[in-house]
Amino acid sequence: MKSNLVLLEFLFFPGLLFTAVAGLLTSWVDRKVTALVQMRVGPPLLQPFHDIRKLFIKETCVPEGGAIGLFLLAPLLGLAAVTLASMILWRTLLDVEATFVGDLIVLIYLLVMPALSVMLGSFASRNPLASLGGSREVKLMIAYELPLVLAILVPVIHANSIRLGDLVTANAPVFNLSGVLALLVCIACMQAKLTIVPFDMPEAETELSGGALIEYSGPPLAMFKLTRAMMLFTMPVLLVVLFFGGLVSGPGWLPAVIGFLLWFVLVALTIVLRNTTPRVRIDQAVRFFWGPVSLVALLAAVLAWLGW
Amino acid sequence: MNGTINALTRSMNVFHLAGSACNNCDIEILDALTPKYDLERFGMTLVGSIRHADVVLVSGIFNRKAAIRAQEVLAQTPKPYLVLGIGACPCTGLMFRDSYNWDRPPSDYMNIDAFVPGCPPKPEAIIAAVVKVIEGLRSGALVPRCLLEEPAPADTPVTEAADTV
Repeated sequence: MKSNLVLLEFLFFPGLLFTAVAGLLTSWVDRKVTALVQMRVGPPLLQPFHDIRKLFIKETCVPEGGAIGLFLLAPLLGLAAVTLASMILWRTLLDVEATFVGDLIVLIYLLVMPALSVMLGSFASRNPLASLGGSREVKLMIAYELPLVLAILVPVIHANSIRLGDLVTANAPVFNLSGVLALLVCIACMQAKLTIVPFDMPEAETELSGGALIEYSGPPLAMFKLTRAMMLFTMPVLLVVLFFGGLVSGPGWLPAVIGFLLWFVLVALTIVLRNTTPRVRIDQAVRFFWGPVSLVALLAAVLAWLGW
Repeated sequence: MNGTINALTRSMNVFHLAGSACNNCDIEILDALTPKYDLERFGMTLVGSIRHADVVLVSGIFNRKAAIRAQEVLAQTPKPYLVLGIGACPCTGLMFRDSYNWDRPPSDYMNIDAFVPGCPPKPEAIIAAVVKVIEGLRSGALVPRCLLEEPAPADTPVTEAADTV
C-alpha cells in the first residue's frame, strides 16, 4: 500500500507531472523575459507545452552505427533522476519529517545524472559534433562540481546535519558571511549545471549546431528538453532550501510566499545573466571554476567552520 | 484537423538549408527571425541541427554534387516535415540556370511544399507564406509532401539536353 503511494507521488505530485509542468512554466518565464530584454513580444504561455507535444508526434531517428540502446535509454536516465531529485526535495518542503539521513548527498548525486545522461547520449550517437559536445560537458562537470560541493558544505556545517529536513528548519545560512559567499558560488555553479549562457559550450548552437543533442529527434529529444526545464525549476528550489532554510519553513502562508519570491529572484538572476553575457571557452570556464570560484568556496567553508 | 498537424503547426522549428545562393535570400530569412518580426510569437525558432527541424528553408540552387548531399540532409529530417523554397532559385534556377555545374532546379528532386517567390522575398512575404502554409495544413488542403511520395534521386541524369549558351 505504502509503495503504491510512493509510485503515485513519483508519477504525479510532487514527482514527474508536477515538476514537468512547473519546469515548462519556468522555461516559459525564461523565454518571455529573454524576449522582453530583446524588446519583442515572446512566445505564448503554452508554447513549451506545444513544443513538447510536437516532439512526441515526430519520428525518432536513430543514427546508423550508434549504440542504439544507450542512445534511447540516456534521456530516460536523466528524466528519472531529476524527477526523483525534485520529489525528495518537495517531500521535505511539504513535510519536514519526511527526510532521511544523507538525503542531501543522494540529491547531489541525482542532480549529476542529467549531465551524465547528456554525455552518454552524445557519445552513443556516434556524431563527431555530439562527442565534442559530450567531452565539453565532461570538462564542465569536472569544473563546477568541486566548488558546488564545497559551497553546499557551508549550510551543512551551519546546521550540523546532512538531512534536508534539518537544513530547511535551521537558521538561514545566508545571514552569515560564509553563507553569502557560498550562495554566490552556487549561483555560478547553477548556471553551469543548467548549461545556459555563459556556460553553454556543450550545446553551442553556433559552432556545434546543437552539440550533444545534435542527433536526437522526436520523443527522446522531448525528454532531454523536459529534463532541462525541470532542472531549471529544481536547482533554484535547492538553493532556496539550502541557503534560506529558516525563512521558507514554518506554519502559515508567509514562508511559502517568501520562498516563491526568493526562487523567482534566483531564476530571474539566471535569465538576466544568460542574456547579458557571451559564451566563454571551455578552458576559460575550467580556469574560472577551479581558480577564483573554488577559492571562494573553500574560504566560505573555512569561515563556516570557524563559526562566521 | 488532426492532432498531428495541430501539434506541428503550433511549434515549428526552422532549419536553414542554404544551397549555393547569392546570399540575399539567406539575409532575408535571418531578417525574418530577428526581434523586429519576432517569429517566436508563433513558436518558430531557428535550430542548428536537421534532426530538430520541422520546416526546412531551401534557398538557392544546388550544383550536381551538392544536390546529392542536400537530398541526404532532407532524408535525415524526422517526419513529418515541410520544405519551403525561399526565393526564385529553388523554383527555376533563375540566374544560375546557365551555369556549367547546374543540372536542374531543386524542385525536381526535393519535395518542396511551398515556394516563396521573389529575388529576394521580403521577410513579410516569408511570414505571409508561412501563415498560408499553416492555414493550408489546418484546413487539410495541404498535406506535407514528405508523407506522400519519395522524391526522385538527385543523381539521375537529365534527359533533355541542357540549353547551354
